[in-house]
Amino acid sequence: MPNSDPPHEVARIARLAHLELDPEAAPRFASQLSAILDYVALLDELVADPPMGGPCEPRLPLRADEPIPSLSRERSLANAPDAAGGHFRVPRVLGE
Amino acid sequence: MSGIAGLDSGEILRLIREQQVSALEVVRECLARVDTMDGRIHAVLRLNPRAEDEARSQDRDIHASRAGPLAGIPVAVKDNLLTDGLETTCASRILSGFVPTRDATAVARLKAAGAVVICKTNLDEFAMGSSTENSAFGPTRNPWDLERVPGGSSGGSAAAVAAGFAPMALGSDTGGSVRQPAAFCGVVGLKPTYGRVSRSGLVAFGSSLDQIGPITATVADAARALAAMAGPDLLDSTSSPAPVDDYIGSLDGGVKGMRIGLPREYFGEGIDSEIAGAVRHAAERLEGEGARVEEVSLPHTRYAIPTYYLIATAEASSNLARYDGVRFGMRLDPRGRLGEMYRATRGAGFGAEVKRRILLGTYALSAGYRDAFYGKAQRVRALLRRDFEIVFDSGVDVLLCPTTPTTAFRVGAKIDDPLAMYLSDICTATPSLAGVPAISVPIGLSSSHLPIAAQLIGGDFSEALLLRTAAVLERLFGRLIPPAPEGAAPGPGRRT
Repeated sequence: MPNSDPPHEVARIARLAHLELDPEAAPRFASQLSAILDYVALLDELVADPPMGGPCEPRLPLRADEPIPSLSRERSLANAPDAAGGHFRVPRVLGE
Repeated sequence: MSGIAGLDSGEILRLIREQQVSALEVVRECLARVDTMDGRIHAVLRLNPRAEDEARSQDRDIHASRAGPLAGIPVAVKDNLLTDGLETTCASRILSGFVPTRDATAVARLKAAGAVVICKTNLDEFAMGSSTENSAFGPTRNPWDLERVPGGSSGGSAAAVAAGFAPMALGSDTGGSVRQPAAFCGVVGLKPTYGRVSRSGLVAFGSSLDQIGPITATVADAARALAAMAGPDLLDSTSSPAPVDDYIGSLDGGVKGMRIGLPREYFGEGIDSEIAGAVRHAAERLEGEGARVEEVSLPHTRYAIPTYYLIATAEASSNLARYDGVRFGMRLDPRGRLGEMYRATRGAGFGAEVKRRILLGTYALSAGYRDAFYGKAQRVRALLRRDFEIVFDSGVDVLLCPTTPTTAFRVGAKIDDPLAMYLSDICTATPSLAGVPAISVPIGLSSSHLPIAAQLIGGDFSEALLLRTAAVLERLFGRLIPPAPEGAAPGPGRRT
């Protein structure tokens, strides 16, 4: 990784991704990601600057803007780890 | 193989039509085969407890002459496709216990055509991997050699078809996840054009790359499956309104007069010489059938893997943000605080490869690096697509090349070296990035009795042409059937 301290950089990225890592796993991830990033540096050989390309750019058909049935509240909540009063219930948000 | 197991869907449909066998008997025999063989292979994560009831329902439709074109055909479904009322885990702890409230469109269409889902198959967690070793529920083994991987990420589906559990399975292909396991297991795997099959109900990995594709015993099976699934879907705005061709009707068209290109970049460094030789031999045989074969170039091919692993991980890091313990799947809440719940749930729920890719993708999209990594990869992607456009605009109909750089490798051989694992996709990632269709078809066995496959790549929506060309290869080289596993010593496989 370009940063001089790859394990520290991995910890920073893990925080961005809301991902808890085992302390002992971070150095291994750091060395593996460094190797992968060294490899993707192959792209620096190319100076080309064409437009970005996806496979479906020419057309994205839109359906008619008419209401159609969607999932019921009950089915939407069917897999919730915790639900109450027709809502997803989560731990405290404020005061973190 | 005996009885139903190992027959292709055409043969099963004929037996059902002639009333030699019922849909229920077909499904029971396939389930019995899973029961006796899957302990060693581990292709199947769970059986569909309603499969026999659904087969009975098909039998009633058959007797009432209102059966669909796939009535009674058993299908195995990769466990990243939603199945109504049947647990869908993506082989991840984070989704264990998740029971979808609807079918993926592709599954719904196969069922509407009369197919019976018999089981959900193993995969690399969230389809991230090339060996099916990244499953939270343990690896799948290759029916050709239980010490070897079946490929991935749709390794469970490919192994299930090779082992004769079903003539037809569904996989998903983001950078080769249908074609590479099909090649390793000696079966047929088709990645349709991006947009040909609705992605609705496919758990998202790399949304600009993901396509659902059939993994099947024969080329005709793949044509039948695609015919049932293809076409626009209101639930997926990237599904294409392009007309759906007659895939089954064009299977016998042959290759006379067809221009077939051999992209030289797929026959050089990193490609096993035995595989390159087998594919060149296949080209000579197609020439004997009246095709014109010429060498062509796709000059940016060497940039495909780095491009793929930046775009796919960037999209994955975004798509996998939804697994946060709020709406579905597992939740760890050690201290009753939201942020800690997110981190703990994701830390415990995801396996190592998924974490690696989330980290890489997050990095590639993060402030200060986005243009250098993700932006650059998107620009190179356009160059890769242009390579194909130039070749197909020059009048070449189909490209012929290897599907994989090696035959199936040993379990454990690459699991600690992510980069070596990523290079397994070297022949398959480029068509995925370009969005074009490609099919893998077996063309013989290596000196160590492992399947070798050829890949055919076509222009946008050329699936009928690919299937027709693959049908010629299948006629020339035969189907591959793995050696009998029941306690028998590993021996040479055979052709039919």
